[in-house]
Amino acid sequence: MLHTLSIGELARRLAAKEISSVELARHFLERIERLNPSLNAVITLTADQALEAARAADRRLAAGERGRLLGIPLIHKDIFCTDGVRTSCGSRMLENFISPYDATIVTRLKAAGTVMLGKSNMDEFAMGSSNETSYYGPVRNPWDTTKVPGGSSGGSSAASAARLAPFTTGTDTGGSIRQPAALTGVTGVKPTYGRVSRYGMIAFASSLDQAGVLARSAEDAAAVLEVMAGFDPKDSTSIDTPVPDYPALLDAPLKGLKIGLLREFFDGLERRNAALIRDALEVYTSMGAETLEVSLPHLPLSVPTYYVVAPAECSSNLSRFDGVRFGYRCDQPKDLMDLYERSRGEGFGPEVKRRIMTGTYVLSAGYFDAYYLKAQKVRRLITDDFRKAFEKVDLVVGPTTPTPAFAIGAKVDDPVTMYLNDIYTIGANLAGLPGISAPCGFVDGLPVGLQLIGPHFSEARLLSAAHHYQRATDWHRKTPGGYQ
Amino acid sequence: MSDWEVVIGLEIHAQLATRSKIFSGSPTAYGASPNTQANLVDLAYPGVLPVLNEAALSMAVKFGLAIGAAIAPRSIFARKNYFYPDLPKGYQISQYEHPVVGRGAISIMLDDGAVKTVGITRAHLEEDAGKSLHEGLANATGIDLNRAGTPLLEIVSEPDMRSAKEAVAYMKKVHTLVRYLEICDGNMQEGSFRCDANVSVRLKGAAKFGTRAEIKNLNSFRFVEKAIQYEVGRQIEVIEGGGKVVQETRLYDSDKNETRSMRSKEEANDYRYFPDPDLLPVEVDEKFVASVRTTLPELPDEKAARFARDFGLSVYDAGVLSASREMGAFYESVVAALDAPHAKLAANWVMGELSSALNRDGVEITGSRVSPAALAGLLKRIVDETISGKIAKDVFEAMWSDGKPADAIIEAQGLKQITDTGAIEGVIDSVIAANPKQLAEYRSGKDTVFRFFVGQVMKATGGKANPVQLNELLKVKLAGGGPT
Repeated sequence: MLHTLSIGELARRLAAKEISSVELARHFLERIERLNPSLNAVITLTADQALEAARAADRRLAAGERGRLLGIPLIHKDIFCTDGVRTSCGSRMLENFISPYDATIVTRLKAAGTVMLGKSNMDEFAMGSSNETSYYGPVRNPWDTTKVPGGSSGGSSAASAARLAPFTTGTDTGGSIRQPAALTGVTGVKPTYGRVSRYGMIAFASSLDQAGVLARSAEDAAAVLEVMAGFDPKDSTSIDTPVPDYPALLDAPLKGLKIGLLREFFDGLERRNAALIRDALEVYTSMGAETLEVSLPHLPLSVPTYYVVAPAECSSNLSRFDGVRFGYRCDQPKDLMDLYERSRGEGFGPEVKRRIMTGTYVLSAGYFDAYYLKAQKVRRLITDDFRKAFEKVDLVVGPTTPTPAFAIGAKVDDPVTMYLNDIYTIGANLAGLPGISAPCGFVDGLPVGLQLIGPHFSEARLLSAAHHYQRATDWHRKTPGGYQ
Repeated sequence: MSDWEVVIGLEIHAQLATRSKIFSGSPTAYGASPNTQANLVDLAYPGVLPVLNEAALSMAVKFGLAIGAAIAPRSIFARKNYFYPDLPKGYQISQYEHPVVGRGAISIMLDDGAVKTVGITRAHLEEDAGKSLHEGLANATGIDLNRAGTPLLEIVSEPDMRSAKEAVAYMKKVHTLVRYLEICDGNMQEGSFRCDANVSVRLKGAAKFGTRAEIKNLNSFRFVEKAIQYEVGRQIEVIEGGGKVVQETRLYDSDKNETRSMRSKEEANDYRYFPDPDLLPVEVDEKFVASVRTTLPELPDEKAARFARDFGLSVYDAGVLSASREMGAFYESVVAALDAPHAKLAANWVMGELSSALNRDGVEITGSRVSPAALAGLLKRIVDETISGKIAKDVFEAMWSDGKPADAIIEAQGLKQITDTGAIEGVIDSVIAANPKQLAEYRSGKDTVFRFFVGQVMKATGGKANPVQLNELLKVKLAGGGPT
């Protein structure tokens, strides 16, 4: 069964001409058609373009070209602009938006010979932790379709978990790759801020947004990240530093690795979740890693800090959606104010509006110092906490989320409880650090994620650490019933 | 009126003469069809990002160096948030708290010849907005985004000017400077150089400034003068009538020569400035500043001082001849082709005949139909007394219209000055013979008749008689010397 194979194995078979890229694409397109209706993970299917890209990949393979991703299918989160394909960002605002260009990561992955099958559902403008804010309806968790798949990359996580593609792309502003990866039992990588270009990725909170990958293993994720990462002159915040050969570094010895256990991450964590994290740490110590407890005293402030910084930036980033040049425009505007008010009023959903209003408020004259400036100061304290921790340890670990997947509808009316879902993931975004979530067990039949966070540009070390863990365990191989 | 003191500060917007826009690669050329010079970045498409054009930065630094200002080693772009259809992102990227150019000064010459120093508070980089078009559109507004993203340097003065004339002198000086530096074409009709004037009045001797009104978007020196004069009169009338000046933004209507309220302080937008997270702080190091410094030309004040010193010109003449780089270069070429003692003659001709011909035909000095070498050729003939200054004016006109060298025209038209004493005496004799009445008057003591005889001789010689010789010979003849 092709969908059970790793990217490395698929690439080997493609190279050996045991399978073709077209066959592979057809296999996954068939799975999407059959399995997606109950999940709602994929909101745009690009079958024709996929087969065309697959044929092109087959020609390159036939010509003797080889590549880790050449001929491999993928699904892009619908936040990435894709030339000639609708890019909705989960919003009514962009329901009719056909992007005229490709995001840099889309270009890079295309050049590597990947085959886009479609675009995945997401929380509207990436604002949400359950994929329930999407204009295109909630995504269901393949492990239990009454549960959420996490968010905002919920379509990507569900699609990866249900084996609708060998891998999917995602974005992580406050946990939007790691949290859904944890809730669906896949491996999610959020790189260092500046590692992957943001050009063509529709901005939510520019200083926090980072693109990454959701795959079935650290090994697969390493192959994808190696292609996605790299300096982009079109993104002033992208950093010009060489991209290591992540797959080649996966087997770097783990012995002597110093792992910090984050004290704050266990406060209020459910007992059974905490037990799974401690089990994972034992796996590491058995492999020769050293563990010690570290503290990030300001980390408890990360949620309020985030919910000042991110809305502030989004309130400005989303001003361009005004009904003038693209996207949703209200019917028969009677004047300019009416055009603005109704286009935005009708085009944005409630969570997006809530954050725009919060952001507008915290940037307003008289409130700026008390909120925005204060939040920036706390952000620096949190960054400093991490820096100090990394003087003692190579990486820190803890849970990705406080609980496994919750029921669809359970938290929609309580934004604060919803926001607390990101309590363990937001710190890495505020500090710009790379993080990984890898499956580490189950509670009540639902997957639980182990989170690893490292210093800036430590992706190779994180991927290697996750890879060693996945060689010692098989949690990442578990597949939800009905999707094997 | 005399009880009142006027206080004026100007905010000048100089469009920087970069080839491409400040944050995108679109060209900046003026006058293209609407929206043909706007790319996805200028249109603020979802996902696009700004990248600073280094040429704009070096132009700003160049200006800073020219006014002796501190160059900030670190400056920050902020977002100024407001909704307007010609502002595609819903925010303008501008420098707010941390401009690239700090305090500097510019000296201006007043009508009485006194020199006054006007403080420059700051100069910062920002992007221009697009334009809203109403002409020829029924019930609709057109938007042209060609100008959106054009780099501007906003030069903010201290409230140091005390009259409309001073404000104009200052604006002209900045205009000269930016053209010298080749950072702005200075074209005011096209809006490349425009200003907002902050105007207030107070009783002479008052310690505090009065409440100011800001007059927006003045794009000619004449409008600046008239708008300020009107506004000063209006404010005085308001106060003397027992009212209070309100802080507001006003527009100048040049057709009616009046300013009108646009919006009051209460209606002013809360721009919610915050640092643009898409752009890193701009770091300007010593090396960059040093490299820009090497591109600085001789500045207007330096050139004027040199002209006055080396060529013995008056301060006024030196100022006029250094008002533009092109004018200064033309003048210096003329002087170089002559001998140094005739620098004053060259100055008179460049400022006199040449400038009026240029003005009359609306030609720039770089397009002058008489080259510096040709003008020097003409002046040489005055110096060596081949022709008189008066004849030279006719020769100049002929040179201007048919582009021939002075010597060819003098030769062809027989304009060579008559310096042969015998020939001049012959003409004098016949003139005296023909005018016995005037001769009698002269001899009876009416000295003014002398000028009549000069005129008659000049008329008879076609103006070619050497005037010095003529004077001497005529005096002798009229006094009775020689045959009558």
